[in-house]
Amino acid sequence: MAQVQLRSVVKKYGSLEVVHGIDLDIADNEFVVLVGPSGCGKSTTLRMIAGLEAISGGEIAIGERVVNDLPPRHRNISMVFQNYALYPHMTVRENLGFSLKIANRPQSEIDRAVEEAANILSLSDYMDRKPGALSGGQRQRVAMGRAIVRHPEVFLFDEPLSNLDAKLRTQMRTEIKKLHQKVQSTIVYVTHDQVEAMTLADRIVIMRDGHIEQVGTPLEVFENPVNTFVATFIGSPPMNLLPATITNGEVAIENGPSVALPSAFEGKVREGQAVILGFRADNLMPRGHSLPMEGQHAAFDMKVNLSEPLGTETLLFSSLAGREVQAKMLNPRPVSPGETLPFQLDLTRCHLFDAASEASLR
Amino acid sequence: MSRLKPPAWFVLLLPAIIILAAVVLIPLLLSLYSSFTPYRLTRPDSLYRWIGFANYEKALTSIHFWTAFGRTVLLLTIALNLEMLMGLGLALLVNKVTWGQRTLRTIMMFPMMFSPILVGFQFKFIFNDNVGLVNNALQSLGLTDQAIPWLVDGKLAFFSILVAEMWSATSVFAILILAGLFAVPRDPIEAATVDGCTPWQTFRHITLPFIMPFIYIALAIRSLDVARAYDIVQIMTNGGPARRTELLWTLIGRTGYVDARMGYANAMGYISIFLAIFFTVYFFRKLNAARGELGMAS
Ligand SMILES: Nc1ncnc2c1ncn2[C@@H]1O[C@H](COP(=O)(O)OP(=O)(O)O)[C@@H](O)[C@H]1O
Ligand SMILES: [Mg+2]
Repeated sequence: MAQVQLRSVVKKYGSLEVVHGIDLDIADNEFVVLVGPSGCGKSTTLRMIAGLEAISGGEIAIGERVVNDLPPRHRNISMVFQNYALYPHMTVRENLGFSLKIANRPQSEIDRAVEEAANILSLSDYMDRKPGALSGGQRQRVAMGRAIVRHPEVFLFDEPLSNLDAKLRTQMRTEIKKLHQKVQSTIVYVTHDQVEAMTLADRIVIMRDGHIEQVGTPLEVFENPVNTFVATFIGSPPMNLLPATITNGEVAIENGPSVALPSAFEGKVREGQAVILGFRADNLMPRGHSLPMEGQHAAFDMKVNLSEPLGTETLLFSSLAGREVQAKMLNPRPVSPGETLPFQLDLTRCHLFDAASEASLR
Repeated sequence: MSRLKPPAWFVLLLPAIIILAAVVLIPLLLSLYSSFTPYRLTRPDSLYRWIGFANYEKALTSIHFWTAFGRTVLLLTIALNLEMLMGLGLALLVNKVTWGQRTLRTIMMFPMMFSPILVGFQFKFIFNDNVGLVNNALQSLGLTDQAIPWLVDGKLAFFSILVAEMWSATSVFAILILAGLFAVPRDPIEAATVDGCTPWQTFRHITLPFIMPFIYIALAIRSLDVARAYDIVQIMTNGGPARRTELLWTLIGRTGYVDARMGYANAMGYISIFLAIFFTVYFFRKLNAARGELGMAS
């Protein structure tokens, strides 16, 4: 049983505070992904959990134990580093078995555990090579194998896929997901890639500038972002955001058309309030090329500046009220630049954020 | 024009060839030749008498030569091991220091800045049995009331020379090992701590393999140094008293310049060079093996 708890955890480098008192509860066996732009303190947080960085304030508990003053070797964790951090002077076999050897386990047990890890990660053919003679993907797998042989309570991953090419990354992503199902452990995974976060996580923790912005399941943070930062960070393409004002009970887009107030926000906005209207490309589609919009929706014409065919759909770049917005076209037909199309906006899926605080008004 | 012209590369290399021949090749050949003659500096015509391997036979059957040879190897072994351990300790300590490390590093290099001759004089004074620091200190502390003959007793004199050698050269190890420590990547160290290593295990299994190449470089450099040790011993004991601290090169130096038997001295010199070559080759082998371990071999 290994839940991980962070209580008001602070990290300071000298007088510079980079993690500002974060709270987080990670359940046993949960796969939690810390995601955020680079420099937001993800690695620092992970390294505090690992014990590689001292904790400047607050408390971290693994299982029932507060680990603030425990060295990494007493925390029963494994970590996979961004640059793999393999031992260059040891063969793959020695790399995998190192932690068990250090723990003075009998050789037969080490061999069995190494063999098992090698099978899970298909490393059996490279066991006597040194890391220098392996490809990036193979090194990555050795790093993961080294983490799993010990059956730790908690796995920590620091951007383990960021040095791989796109294809290998997708492949390894699936492997990691499978691995989690096989080994049944708590995983804390750091990435700056929101796609990785969405696909892997049981719960996503979105960080910015040393703060946690939102914690939730992938669908929760996608559907209900608490602020414009999360709204634009999660989901691809990023959510369209347009400044607007509540006028006569409607949402008047600045220098643009007015649309009806989405019913979800009735009673939550004031007349005259400055807001930001947010909607995803998936909810803005040309008529005749859209999902059926049975609920509340708005209609207006827009000129298409650029189109990116993706096969099953085409991404359209248009301008609305002087800002670029992205829309999607289903059952696509060729669109020439400059063509004006009638668009439909699904208001049931729109978001309103306060203009000043950028927080969701839902 | 039918005159034969030498190729351009030869003309261009000619100055280098001439200089190399003048400063390296000719002296080398001359000394090699003289080792086959009974050449004495005082009797130049002896240079033209060929006596074959007589000098070499004489050296290889001479008890003085072999004693000096053995003592040199002993000094080399003890000094290198101790210097390596102390240098390693020093480097590890300095590596831990976060404040004032630059200053410490500079101070650490002080012994290397002194001429070995001066080091010899300094330690000759320190170990002097009447006015020396060591005896004064021991007597003041009441540890002894005698004047310990540091430079007269054979064993003590060897020890005194060892101390002087170590004082002047431990920093060679410390500096090179410190450079090695700076080059140890952080990642594997962190991985090892997470993998359950104690600080000692991390050092033993990760740091040490990474600094081994640096240790072997230092050993190779220092083995050459000690194999040709001359100046400190010459000043402190002059190989004496009664040859009790005679090393190879003090013996060779005396034979060549004091006894003026240059042919014989050269023969001993050529034998001694094998000692230096042996150690250098040995440590470079080790160095390459250590680099191979790390996947750095060429
Ligand atoms: N050793 C350090 N000294 C000072 N500042 C640091 C140190 N390590 C990281 N930082 C700062 O802390 C912040 C968070 O870093 P990090 O956790 O590595 O971000 P990321 O989210 O990209 O992993 C960054 O602004 C970084 O500059
Ligand atoms: Mg990072």
